[in-house]
Parts: sequence; C-alpha cells; structure tokens
Amino acid sequence: MVSQINYDSINNMQFDVLREIGNIGAGNATTALSQMINSKIDMKIPKVELLEFKYLADIVGGAENLVVGILFTLEGQANGMMMFMMEKIAAHRLVNLLLNNPSDKITDDFTEMEMSALNEIGNIIAGAYLSSLSTLTNMLITSSIPYLSIDMAGAILSVPAIEFGKIGDKALLIETEFGDKENAVNGYFILIPTLKSYEAILSSLGL
Amino acid sequence: MKEMIRVGMADLNVCVAPNAIATLGLGSCVGIVLYDPRNKIAGLVHIMLPDSTKIINNENKAKFADTGIDALIEKMVSIGANRKNLVAKIAGGAQMFAFSNNSEMMRIGDRNVEAVRKKLKDIGIEIRAAHTGENYGRTIEFYPETGELHIKSVGRDRIII
Repeated sequence: MVSQINYDSINNMQFDVLREIGNIGAGNATTALSQMINSKIDMKIPKVELLEFKYLADIVGGAENLVVGILFTLEGQANGMMMFMMEKIAAHRLVNLLLNNPSDKITDDFTEMEMSALNEIGNIIAGAYLSSLSTLTNMLITSSIPYLSIDMAGAILSVPAIEFGKIGDKALLIETEFGDKENAVNGYFILIPTLKSYEAILSSLGL
Repeated sequence: MKEMIRVGMADLNVCVAPNAIATLGLGSCVGIVLYDPRNKIAGLVHIMLPDSTKIINNENKAKFADTGIDALIEKMVSIGANRKNLVAKIAGGAQMFAFSNNSEMMRIGDRNVEAVRKKLKDIGIEIRAAHTGENYGRTIEFYPETGELHIKSVGRDRIII
C-alpha cells in the first residue's frame, strides 16, 4: 500500500501539532541562547506557514537575498533533515550579541571565530527543536554535525525544497523572531522528516 | 530587452525576443533553457528532481527533468517555436552543503544534471553550453535576441555562456 500522506493536504490538527513543536522548540532555543550570552533574549510566538515552492524564497526577502543556512541530517527513530536559516545581516547581529562585538559590526565575510559561533548557534537551535520533537513523540532522534552555507536564499532553500519535493509541492516553514531590544533577529526553521518518518511521528502523536 | 520573465522553483515559462527570461537563486536544482534561434523563442524550466516515475505526487510536471523538458517543448511549440530548431543551455546542479554522511542527498545536484543530459540526448536536443556543479548558487538570465545565457553568483564575476 503506497502512502497517501502529503504535506499539501495536511489537516488542521497535524498543522497545530507541527506549530506546537515549533513553539516549544523555539522556547527551548531562546532559553539556551540566553544562557550562552548571559543576557535576556525575547521570543515572539513562531509563525508556521505552508508555502508553494514558487513563493518559498519570497518570505526571506527574495531568491537572491543573502542568507546563512545551517543544515543537519536526522538519524535515529526518524530520518530526514532540518535547517535553520537567517538573513546574513541577522546572522551578523546574532554573532555580535554572542561574541560581544559592537552591534553594528557587519562585514562581507565571517571570521573563523564568527563561523564557529554560527555553528554553535545552529547546534543549540537544532538541539532545542529536536528535544521538543523527541519529548512530544517519545522517539529518539539525533542530528549530524552542522553543515553551513552562505549563499542566495533560493540556492540554500533548494536543498530542503528538493526533499519536500519528493513528498508534495509545498514546504513547511517555522519562523521565529528573537533577540534583545535593539537586535531583533528573524530565524527560519525547516524540518523535513522522510515520508516514512513523518508517518511515524504523526502516529506516535496519535494522529 | 523589454521585459524579464521570471520562472520560480518547479516552474516553467516561455518568452519571445526582445523579452528575456530568468530564474533566481538556482542551487541543486537545474535551469534548462531551450531555444529556437530562428524564431527567437526561448523557454526555461527550473527542475528540482531527476525522475517523475520515482515519485508518487508527480502532477507538477515542471518539478522533474523528464516531464519538465517535455512540457516546456509543448509550450514553446504552442507559441510558434519549431521543435527541430531547438538547442539547449543548462546551469545549476550545485552541491550547496558539504555533507559527509549521506550520499544520495549529497549527489542530488549531480543526479539532476545527469538526468537532464540524458533526457536531452534521448530526444535529440543538443546542449550548446553548460555551467553546472560546484558549490554555489546561480541566477541565470537568457536573452533570445542574442542567445546568451548570463550567470550571476555571489562574489563572482558574471559569466556568459
């Protein structure tokens, strides 16, 4: 029997569950980041959107906008990939917060130190989302090391979009905004379980 | 150039000179330009996956190398292109992340390019120029007036093929 599960026809209850995973994950991530920089970081309630590929890049300022993508592959009881993405300028702000740089330090390239800070941010955020997913589903899910790429939004998004493309014609995007008063940072989180894992996740949630 | 027609991900469109056609931020996807030099009609399809027969949900023809190229030819012929004149230029198929542990995911760009080359060979369309692989994104613009494909990448010089 071929599976009929499809992100395009996701129902309200499934959508709510995915949003809840996003909410809890973003909360965990914010707490972890606050501890890392030893100062309070606020977070807005994440927005969850299901977008057609054609419009995917519009949400991050267009296909040619420069973004940082940090990608992980998932292993364990669920397989797939997840990606955390932010505009390059937002990544600079976040790194500045973390490394105590002047907040207006925005350069063409990231230094080695800044790159490793970005990887660490990716690890924290991915870990936070994964632990919320693992807790809710009671599944053991681990992630790979972070893979980082800085390029045009369309090009970065093509990688998760292709994975979504194997299942349907839309991608699920969770947008979170966090930061302190002067430095708001928008981050986009994309979770793509394989079709089999997606079914396993939903069934473990009783859906 | 009068107007630049945009093609999104898993999308296709056609244009006639003096208009031009573009797709922005190609990553592991492949952009295939088909061109009828005599009638100055061009088409562009932005494919994401190599093979529609491997996927259950394959209604969107522009998403796949095999069905995308067929659908593009059909649309070009419907606006006056001659199938016999068609030649191709292709770009994209990059590996955006340096995965170390998952060969299938890592090779999706290469597999897309291979599938496009095979499809074009099978239906007898010559590839005049190609700029594929590597590890960076590309914006491509095609000008039917001159037959030039312009490729722009971050921090690199514009390439014309």
